[in-house]
Amino acid sequence: MNWALNNFSRLMELFWEHTVLATIPTVLGLLIAVPLGLLLNDGRSGRRIAVALASVAFTIPSLALFVTIPTLIGTQILDPINVIAALTLYSAALTLRSVFDSLDAVDSSVRDAAQASGFSRLSRAVFVDLPLAVPVLTAGLRVACATNVSLVSVGAVIGVGGLGELFTSGYQRSYPDQIFAGILAIMVLAFILDRLIAAAGWLLTPWERAHAG
Amino acid sequence: MLADMFAYFAEAENWLGDQGILIRVGQHLWYSFIAVVLGAVIAVPAGIYVGHTGRGQTLIVTAANSLRAIPSLGLMTLLVLFMGLGLLPPVLALVTLAVPPLLAGVYSGMRSVDRAVVDAAWAMGMARRQVIGVELRNALPGMVAGLRGAALQVIATAMIAAYVNLGGIGRYIFDGLALYDYGRVLVGAVLVTVLALTVDGLLAVVGRLVQPGAKAPSRRAAKTLRAGTV
Repeated sequence: MNWALNNFSRLMELFWEHTVLATIPTVLGLLIAVPLGLLLNDGRSGRRIAVALASVAFTIPSLALFVTIPTLIGTQILDPINVIAALTLYSAALTLRSVFDSLDAVDSSVRDAAQASGFSRLSRAVFVDLPLAVPVLTAGLRVACATNVSLVSVGAVIGVGGLGELFTSGYQRSYPDQIFAGILAIMVLAFILDRLIAAAGWLLTPWERAHAG
Repeated sequence: MLADMFAYFAEAENWLGDQGILIRVGQHLWYSFIAVVLGAVIAVPAGIYVGHTGRGQTLIVTAANSLRAIPSLGLMTLLVLFMGLGLLPPVLALVTLAVPPLLAGVYSGMRSVDRAVVDAAWAMGMARRQVIGVELRNALPGMVAGLRGAALQVIATAMIAAYVNLGGIGRYIFDGLALYDYGRVLVGAVLVTVLALTVDGLLAVVGRLVQPGAKAPSRRAAKTLRAGTV
C-alpha cells in the first residue's frame, strides 16, 4: 500500500480519468439501447437479429477494437475517444439484451390494459413498459457498468486507460504494490458506481417500495 | 489494413509451424478451456446449493458482481509478479470471468424449474439427492446458457495471455501493437471473433439437445455428442 500513500495525487488523477472513461460509455450505451430495444421489441425477427449482432459485438477483443476504431472513425491512436467508442459498443450490446429481458418481465395483462385504455403504441412503450422494466434493467446496467470499469484498464496497453496504467507500469517495473493499488482502486470505483445505479433504480420505482413496506 | 489481413490469411505457410495460426488457435482454446473448467468447479456446486436451498442469494449476486469488476489484466500481471511466468496467472485471471455467467446460469436454471415439479418429486418420497437430480435435469438449458456466456467472455479475453509472453491469438494483437502493424492486430481480432462464435454456436446446439421435453436427439446428433466433437 506504500505506493498508494506516496502517490496519492497521481492515484486520484488516474481514478478520475478512469471514472470518466467508464461512465460515459455506460450512459451512452443506455441511451442507445433503450430506444432501440423499445423499437425492436415487438418485431420478432428484428429482435432476433439485434440479439445476434449484440453477441457478435461482444466477442471482439477489447484491445483489438481499441486499435481498429481509429481507422474506422479517423481519430488518433492515442485518443481516449477510441476507448469510449469501443466500450460504448460493448455496453450498448450488453444493455440491449437486458432491455429485452426487462420488457419480457412486464406483465402482459398490464400491457393489454394500457392498450385497452387508449395508450398509443409509443406512449405505452414510454409510460407503461419502460417504468415497469426498470428493476430488471437496473440489474443489467449494473453488469454493464462493472464490465466497463474493468475493461477500461485494458486500454492502458495502448496508452489510454486510467488506472490500467498502474498495471502496465507496475508489471514493467516488477512492482506488485502499484498493481495491487490499481486493482483495489478499480474495485472501489466499480462498487461506488454499482451503488449509484442501484440507488437510481430504487428512486425510480416508488411502487416497489410501497409493496415492500 | 484489411489487405494486410487478407494477405496474412492467404499465405498457407502462416497456418502451420510452431508460430502458425493453428497452433495459436489451439493454445487459445486450451487456456480458455482450463479457465472455464476451473470456473465450473467453483460455480456449479455454489449455484446448485443456492438454487436448491434459496439461501444466500444476495451473497452470490454481490460476489458475482465484484468478480466482474476485477480487472483481468491487473490480476494477471500481479499474479505473474508473485508466481512467475506460466500458465497459471492468465488462467486464474480468466477464471474470474468464467464464474459470474456460470453462477448466473446454474442458479437461474435451478430457480426456473417449475415449483410443482419439485413438489411432486418431494411428494413421491424422493431423497434430497434425487430431488436435486430432478432440478438439475430441468436446469440444464439454463446451465448451458451460462456456459455460453462464460465461453464467450473467456475466449474474448484470453488474448491478454500474450501480454505475459504466452501464446494464443493474443500474440497477433500484441505483436501488431509493438510493430505498429495494425493489419496483424486485425488478424488476431478476426480469429478471436470467429473462434468465439464457433464455440458459441456449438454450445447452442448442445443447449437445444438438453432441453427437457425436446425432441429426442437425432441419431446423428447423438453420435456427434458421444464422439465429443462438441
